[in-house]
Amino acid sequence: MSAKVNEEMIIAGFGGQGVLSMGKILAYSGMMQGYEVSWMPAYGPEMRGGTANVTVVVSSDPVSSPIVQEFDTAIILNQQSMDKFESMVKPGGALIYDANGITRHPTRADVDIYIIDATAEAASRGLLRMFNMMILGSYLTVRPVVTLENAVRGLSKSLPERLHHTLPDNERALRLGGELIRKVVL
Amino acid sequence: MEQEIKLLKGNEAVAEAAVRCGCDGYFGYPITPQSEILETLMELRPWETTGMVVLQAESEVAAINMIYGGASTGKRVLTSSSSPGISLMGEGLSYMAGAELPCVVVNVSRGGPGLGTIQPGQSDYFLATRAGGHGDFNMIVLAPNSVQEMYDFIFTAFDLAFRYRNPVMILSDGVIGQMMEKVTLSPALPRRTQQEIARDLRSWALTGKPAGERRNIVTSVQLDPHVQEGVNHRLQAKYKAMRENEVRCESFLCEDADYVIVAYGCSARISRKAVELAREAGLRVGLFRPITLFPFPYAELSALNARGFLSVELSAGQMVEDVRLSVGCRARVEHFGRMGGVIHSPNEVFEALTSKFTDK
Repeated sequence: MSAKVNEEMIIAGFGGQGVLSMGKILAYSGMMQGYEVSWMPAYGPEMRGGTANVTVVVSSDPVSSPIVQEFDTAIILNQQSMDKFESMVKPGGALIYDANGITRHPTRADVDIYIIDATAEAASRGLLRMFNMMILGSYLTVRPVVTLENAVRGLSKSLPERLHHTLPDNERALRLGGELIRKVVL
Repeated sequence: MEQEIKLLKGNEAVAEAAVRCGCDGYFGYPITPQSEILETLMELRPWETTGMVVLQAESEVAAINMIYGGASTGKRVLTSSSSPGISLMGEGLSYMAGAELPCVVVNVSRGGPGLGTIQPGQSDYFLATRAGGHGDFNMIVLAPNSVQEMYDFIFTAFDLAFRYRNPVMILSDGVIGQMMEKVTLSPALPRRTQQEIARDLRSWALTGKPAGERRNIVTSVQLDPHVQEGVNHRLQAKYKAMRENEVRCESFLCEDADYVIVAYGCSARISRKAVELAREAGLRVGLFRPITLFPFPYAELSALNARGFLSVELSAGQMVEDVRLSVGCRARVEHFGRMGGVIHSPNEVFEALTSKFTDK
């Protein structure tokens, strides 16, 4: 049986960054690991080019509310989301962000802040479509809610079969994200 | 189709359930936040497996009248929409209640009034429980609070619709429709054959009149007022039977509760977390969840001994009227709820509870 966990997290960025699918892979992975999960998107016009976010809860117990306003972890992928969600991380929680396009960096001293240059690294390695897997890999390194093996299984569950040839690249991106993330010391 | 566990949106679960419960036809028109029901049915292509018909109508008015036609022949028919579309279906629902026809209608509701917002709302409580359309009629209203219940209630709703020969509404909301959770899908039931329908529903369904037997007439018009009054008495007897036999509800930590939150659908999920927050703060708070909104669990709620009841709904306060009818004057009843597509958080519900009750 897996360890006791109750992770309430949000992934927030632009539509098209793979925010919703990253959340879906995490939810699938949690399910593979025997946890209860919920995935709640901000749906609607936001999806079509504006900001997008998804709240994922992974828990050993049945998920009470899929809607939360304080997060154990926030993964923040643009400035608008930084402005909105930095203050909503629980004290002692984690804030992970991609430096790309960030003009005002986080300042919370009571949360663990991590940075990853995933956009830049993905672009330089020709892995732009694997950007969200790098982010997910970095997250699972600092918050090992599910194992990397189950993340890969979750990915193969949520990817349509015609894209299964990309699984090895995706797995590489997951591991790479884990290597690239670094803690920010304020 | 065997038992299966999947990660699904509430809307996708409705589509899976429709195919697996032996539904004969789905007729609907797209509207956010429920469009995945039709989209998923199109992907599942049940017409190739069970023979179920899936049709995008030209409007909600057309859809509900296709439902009327399908139901007249004893078929298990389903439609779905969101608040403004359900308003358009009101006339058809009233006709079907008058003609005593079974159907299942899913309302994945959004904030209103008017075209409103595509974000979640629970302001269709009155529509569902009081005025689904004109005339004296009621529908059983089931309020799922999880993706699993979105799935399960399709089966329940069809059973009830045929037991009472009456429309059944599943009143959901944008949260439950759009969120993904783990769902256990039950093994598929076959669609009823034409012979089974003709055998079991011969007393009312239009299955083709055998020679020498009387013909069935499906209608909601009775120009003789005395005949119409007789129909009304029969319908009211049926609604009374629903009130006596079909109440469903659930309580969580209500036994010792000083204060009870009453909530359905997504607000019940959010409020459950608020109850956990309150218990951590040392307050004795419980949650009462009506699962049927009609019939409302008046007696079950009235049996609770709390000092205060907080009705939590994404509306200006609709279900709170039924909470007041249950509790009467012996305890305080308050309402809390965000509107217009804004969703209250567990913390906001907890704060509303403490500010409305503890300082008085």
